[in-house]
Amino acid sequence: MSNEHAANGHGHADPHAHGADHGHGHDDHIHPAPTNPLFKYVFSTDHKVIGIQFLFSGLIFFVVGGLLAMAIRWQLAWPWKPMPFMARFMPSWAENGYLMPPEWYNKLFTMHGSVMIFFVIIPLLTGAFGNFLIPLMIGARDMAFPKLNMFSYWFMPPAMIAMANAFMVPGGAPESGWTSYPTLSNSFTSTPGSYEAQTWWLISLLFAGVSSLMGSINYITTIIMLRAPGMKLFRMPMTVWALFITAILQAFALPVLTSALVMQLLDRVAGTNFFSPAGWVVANGPAVVGGGLPLLWQHLFWFYSHPAVYIMILPGMGMVSDIIATFSRKPLFGYKPMVFAIAGIAGLGFIVWGHHMFQSGMNPALGATFMLSTMMIALPSAIKVFNWLGTMWGGRLQFTSSMLNAISFVAMFIIGGLSGIFMAATPVDMHIHDTYFIVAHIHYVLFGGSTFAIFAAIIFWFPKMFGRMMNEPLGKLHFLLTFIFFNGTFFLMHIIGMHGHPRRIADPTVYEYLRGTGTMGLNQFMTLSAFGLGLSQLIFAFNFLYSIFAGPKAPANPWHANSLEWVATDSPPPYFNFEKIPTVYHAPYEYSVPGMENDYVPQTQPLPEPTAHTVVEKA
Amino acid sequence: MRYWSLLFALAAIISVGIFAYAPISPEWWLPAGPNVSAGHLHSVSSAGKQIDSLFVIILLITGIVFIGTQVALVYATYFFVDKGPNGRKASYFHGSQRLEVIWTIIPAAILVFIALYQMGTWASVKFRSAAPKVQPLAQVTARQFQWVIRYPGEDGKLETKDDLFMVNDLHFVKGKQALIYLKSSDVLHSFFLPALRIKQDAVPGLTIPVWFDTDQAGHYELVCAELCGWGHYKMRGNVTVHETQEEFDQWLQSALKEQSRDQVAAVVTGSQGR
Ligand code: HEM
Ligand SMILES: [Cu+2]
Ligand SMILES: [Cu+2]
Repeated sequence: MSNEHAANGHGHADPHAHGADHGHGHDDHIHPAPTNPLFKYVFSTDHKVIGIQFLFSGLIFFVVGGLLAMAIRWQLAWPWKPMPFMARFMPSWAENGYLMPPEWYNKLFTMHGSVMIFFVIIPLLTGAFGNFLIPLMIGARDMAFPKLNMFSYWFMPPAMIAMANAFMVPGGAPESGWTSYPTLSNSFTSTPGSYEAQTWWLISLLFAGVSSLMGSINYITTIIMLRAPGMKLFRMPMTVWALFITAILQAFALPVLTSALVMQLLDRVAGTNFFSPAGWVVANGPAVVGGGLPLLWQHLFWFYSHPAVYIMILPGMGMVSDIIATFSRKPLFGYKPMVFAIAGIAGLGFIVWGHHMFQSGMNPALGATFMLSTMMIALPSAIKVFNWLGTMWGGRLQFTSSMLNAISFVAMFIIGGLSGIFMAATPVDMHIHDTYFIVAHIHYVLFGGSTFAIFAAIIFWFPKMFGRMMNEPLGKLHFLLTFIFFNGTFFLMHIIGMHGHPRRIADPTVYEYLRGTGTMGLNQFMTLSAFGLGLSQLIFAFNFLYSIFAGPKAPANPWHANSLEWVATDSPPPYFNFEKIPTVYHAPYEYSVPGMENDYVPQTQPLPEPTAHTVVEKA
Repeated sequence: MRYWSLLFALAAIISVGIFAYAPISPEWWLPAGPNVSAGHLHSVSSAGKQIDSLFVIILLITGIVFIGTQVALVYATYFFVDKGPNGRKASYFHGSQRLEVIWTIIPAAILVFIALYQMGTWASVKFRSAAPKVQPLAQVTARQFQWVIRYPGEDGKLETKDDLFMVNDLHFVKGKQALIYLKSSDVLHSFFLPALRIKQDAVPGLTIPVWFDTDQAGHYELVCAELCGWGHYKMRGNVTVHETQEEFDQWLQSALKEQSRDQVAAVVTGSQGR
């Protein structure tokens, strides 16, 4: 234990507490918890409260996004059939016999994608789990900048209000997809949703982006500065590593998105012409001066949004690594290679954005280089999969509902990763680009991957968040149904995608080759599965809400895990997290150490000498 | 408890089964030409044939990887399950450098192989230097929500007074390379011929050459594959592939005669589609 203090520094520490008796943590002073509920629960600076705020708002928007998806699926299976329930809410549809107007379909998938990505997956992974877990897992009393942290949450409501407002303005919700390509998005006349709502969409994302940026700065600083004594970088849990690298990705990529959003906003409200060609007219609107390039937006957007897709998966990978190791009762296989793989994904993630633009009119020679980097990014993903399998191999697997969700993360991510290779191959992408094959890929990584990881993580850390356990049988039932209906909904999209079914079309039956019972039958099957998938989430919602109030009280370490949030504090942890800042002796993966009575060795407990020796050598 | 592994096994088996069945069913496979019975496994265009074989190669490689990893996953979840306090202990190891090296190098080699292997096809379907040296067939201008197609008239030259304008009606000749110039007059669109595996976005401000061919005459469909507004879903074009050049010429002649050119031409030349 020579260099315990190697990379340590604690914000609230007394300088002299650092010296002689570091083994027993810091003797720091702790501010009293606020008693005013307004500051305790609403404008709180406590990272745990902020994490839970992100969790609740993320789950609420998950419901919104999910309902939008149901409407999308209805239209695809039974185009232009009056939608159940909707007539009551949409008086303006009366003239149409309560059929969905065609632009409504575009509004639905635009809002579905935007909500799920910007208000659900990213805030849940980085906002909820990043906030809640980072300080607890590294042994800090709070984030480095608690006020900034509070602001990072309170920048989300304006984003949500702007997005909700977009439904209400003349012309209705935006219609240019979550990707918002000009010149559809920056000219008022192109489609009803671009009349006004697009502006609100841009404002909304600007707020959401600033929120993420504040969060990521906080995470980076906290992880660098506030680790407990002994918490060397290579002793951090994979969850923290993943959130750390994600935060770096965000900090570097978000400014580009922000600039792009501002540019499109200026195009729309200030008459600039970043994205419109000279003298351009759309749908008999007024001519603009122009001189801009539509492809510029795509470059800027994907320069952010490709890293963003990894922002949406890396934290999941980290949490799943911890969950799988815990429930395999076995050390994580290849800890360092796993870290390097994440770092590799993050690094390569900045040079692959062009794979979204293979057919965009970008120079095809440039496409070839993006193809190569994209192929290479599949490699670290593969390495991670092998290491997860290696972790389970020889373990003593406990199929808790959290573990089941984590395993299916691995199983489903394999499918999403492999379909990525088809699209990375530029000529094959020529056929499947903008078809349902892409939609299948997205959902295997973002639902099969990230969302299963979120389920696993919610169940896993629920005891720490709320001091109670979730119900296991209900958790398993929810997992079983979700797994079945998820595959029923999305696997066959590969098939209709390779058959050429375009994405983002309101009515496939316009095309002869999609009209047959083969394709439309699959569409109907997928829609029914989707309804099943939606309904299954009620089980989770019930389990979640019921357990918050009436679940059995959770012990401090219900899963017999090793990391600090379990072994050094209560469930839920007190204000400022730890009675005493713990001291860390090893990485959190010492399970089933031979010759020990328990099958786990908390990070706060030194390893027996001979084992400690071999671990150091291997590390 | 170990029976959970069967759920994962079942999912994997069904997934493989679906892809095994797909080639037998024309509606589940890559879209065929007009004459489905003539073996729908392969595209009817020369680019499409290369793309299909690439697709199949990648499907086989990923299929093997898929089966391998899923078997490992099912095996692990079946055999290494916790059997209570009297069961075996978990083994204790932190990794294996040898394995890490193996499973880095082998996939890397496969990925590099795929990357290099498909480069030639990409170059031949997209690089401008590979464009066929032929008279352009037409200029295709996408606009909300139709394809305006401008063929050279009698003089064989585009952008002259005798050009033929057609809406949503693309004609070309079997077995000949067709070269078009793709434009947009308002927002992004995408020129997608599913049966020929051809896709290219139409970009405001750019003129992009696209070329394709087919060895089956008949009727095809032209799809708009890039979101272009409220009517995107109905932006469909008809494609007619003529058996012979004579048949095409005849069609062109009669179309030229018939064309109510003044109307359509006024619309198009008046806009940015020039
Ligand atoms: C194995 C690694 C991966 C590879 C090789 C890969 C490759 C690709 C390619 C080439 C595309 C563009 C396809 C097209 O539009 O024609 C794409 C789209 C996409 N990928 Fe991946 N991908 C991988 C992993 C992921 C992961 C981990 C995520 C997210 C968690 C992800 C999310 C997405 C999304 C959201 C899109 C669609 C964006 C849109 O057009 O709306 N991918 N991927
Ligand atoms: Cu990408
Ligand atoms: Cu379109």
